[in-house]
Amino acid sequence: MSIQNNEIMIGLEIHIQLTNLKTKLFCSCSNDYRGTEPNTHVCPICIGLPGSLPVVNKKVIELAIRLALALDCKINNQFWFFRKNYFYPDLPKGFQISQYNKAGGKAFADGGKTTIRLNNHKKDIILNRIHLEEDPARLVHKGSIATSPFTLIDYNRSGVCLIEIVSEPVISSPEEAREFLKQLKSIVQYTGISNLELEGSVRVDANISIKGYDRSEVKNINSFKEVERALRHEIIRQKNILKRGKKLIQETRHWDDKRRITIPLRTKELEEDYRYFPEQDLVPIEINSDFIQKVKSELPEMPNERSVRFRKEYRLTEFDSYNLVLDKNFADFYEEGVKSDPSFDSEEYKLYCNWLMNDISRWLNNNNKIIQETKITPKHLVDLINAIKDGKITGKIAKSFIPDLMVGFNVKALIEKTGKRRISDKEYILKITKEVITDNLDIIRDFEKNPRALEALIGKCMKKTKGRLDPELTREILLELLSNKIKKYKKS
Amino acid sequence: MEKKEIISREKIEHLARLALIDLSEEEKVNISKQLNNILDYFQKLNELDTSNIKPTRHVIDGLKNVFREDIPGKSLTQEEALKNAREKQDGFFKAPRIIKE
Ligand SMILES: [Zn+2]
Repeated sequence: MSIQNNEIMIGLEIHIQLTNLKTKLFCSCSNDYRGTEPNTHVCPICIGLPGSLPVVNKKVIELAIRLALALDCKINNQFWFFRKNYFYPDLPKGFQISQYNKAGGKAFADGGKTTIRLNNHKKDIILNRIHLEEDPARLVHKGSIATSPFTLIDYNRSGVCLIEIVSEPVISSPEEAREFLKQLKSIVQYTGISNLELEGSVRVDANISIKGYDRSEVKNINSFKEVERALRHEIIRQKNILKRGKKLIQETRHWDDKRRITIPLRTKELEEDYRYFPEQDLVPIEINSDFIQKVKSELPEMPNERSVRFRKEYRLTEFDSYNLVLDKNFADFYEEGVKSDPSFDSEEYKLYCNWLMNDISRWLNNNNKIIQETKITPKHLVDLINAIKDGKITGKIAKSFIPDLMVGFNVKALIEKTGKRRISDKEYILKITKEVITDNLDIIRDFEKNPRALEALIGKCMKKTKGRLDPELTREILLELLSNKIKKYKKS
Repeated sequence: MEKKEIISREKIEHLARLALIDLSEEEKVNISKQLNNILDYFQKLNELDTSNIKPTRHVIDGLKNVFREDIPGKSLTQEEALKNAREKQDGFFKAPRIIKE
């Protein structure tokens, strides 16, 4: 039995902590709990002591409006909180204060969409709603959740404000899910509501089904990176069950990121089992449209708009601009750099983008850093590109400078320090090319049949000189030498 | 109005499961009777025509938008936080394991 991608339906529920708040959703405990001792950022409200009363953090409304606008959602101008009742150790009150879009209740905002790009096609990921709720506590298990003899609870996270973003089940592959989350992460970064680089700031639940069969819900996927992996695993698991002729059941599963499998968690409680009812400790919230307009006017340019502008202003390709703007830090770095040199034009705009997206990105990935944590400045990269353009260094030398640039050296200092300059001395190049030819007669024989033989020889010359030869001159000289040689070869 | 049983025995068992409490046979019978009496009493409200009355969202009518500024205040110390905990370990509250075998 083979199952196509269009038969797979994935819906995601993404919980994002609003880490840019200073306090929790319903109490004045500090939001900044990471790396602190357990149960030190708690108060009677967030550990659910009897008689304590929640009060809504005003800033939450503004941040939620920002996200709703950026995701094209329709903001409800009146809503109230609900109690979602269930027992779990991470929930001290026995209920979570959340929102509910039934029984007269409303989400914070309905609908919305974001456009993703995958393999040269565009797709709108349609959203169902976004809503606000409180984060449960952090549970700590000795070893795996399945084998731990008991559960330890740290309520520092309890009551931190979460925004839940619910997509429609329109995602048809783990790759689409990955692109959607990339886009979402970018939008969150641009709106300035949260820093999703922070550990534990994101949690994802995924509904996965094969068309015509019952779905499973996979909970506890603790990073965007894990989502793709968890989805892949769950799809294979479901396909295998069908292949063996067994039945898929509707169930809740837990993503075990240590063993990288999903395990059954508890039988799915029916929705009415949560016994939602309006939270009487909080009064309704009304948002007037003037305030929404004000927030809208303060929103920065969003990644999709910025990408369109980059294509126009810097004549980048659609692919380049889409990827460049995803990380706001990167895009800001780019604009500052290319704007700082008035001589820059299409060619340099493209080069600057390439250096950022290739060599610099690679270095950042390998060193697990973001660009703002390094010492490279936008101007340093301008200097690098100009040094290549002016013939001071070759592209190869420039590549070798990257690690030093990242720790704060400038190009001029590096050329002096390393003595690496482009060599355009014809005599010297002639000497090197001759040596390379003598050492590689087997490649020479290939030369007429195989055009890549020339590239191979240029490569060998570069290797011999650590990439310092002028590539154009080397090519010319090699071609001349080789055609002479081949003439002789044919005569004999 | 005819008196009918609203809370079945299955419902009681289901509710007990959700509330994580064990009920004896006797308790099941008693609670079922009591809950039915209460609900029966509330049935009286159905005699009123409420079709033109707005649902009450909140008991304090008209109050809305009660907010707090996003300014950190004082939290409890770890010692204070754990004071009432029956079981604790290394600064954590301690609870039974989650997944049944
Ligand atoms: Zn608190």
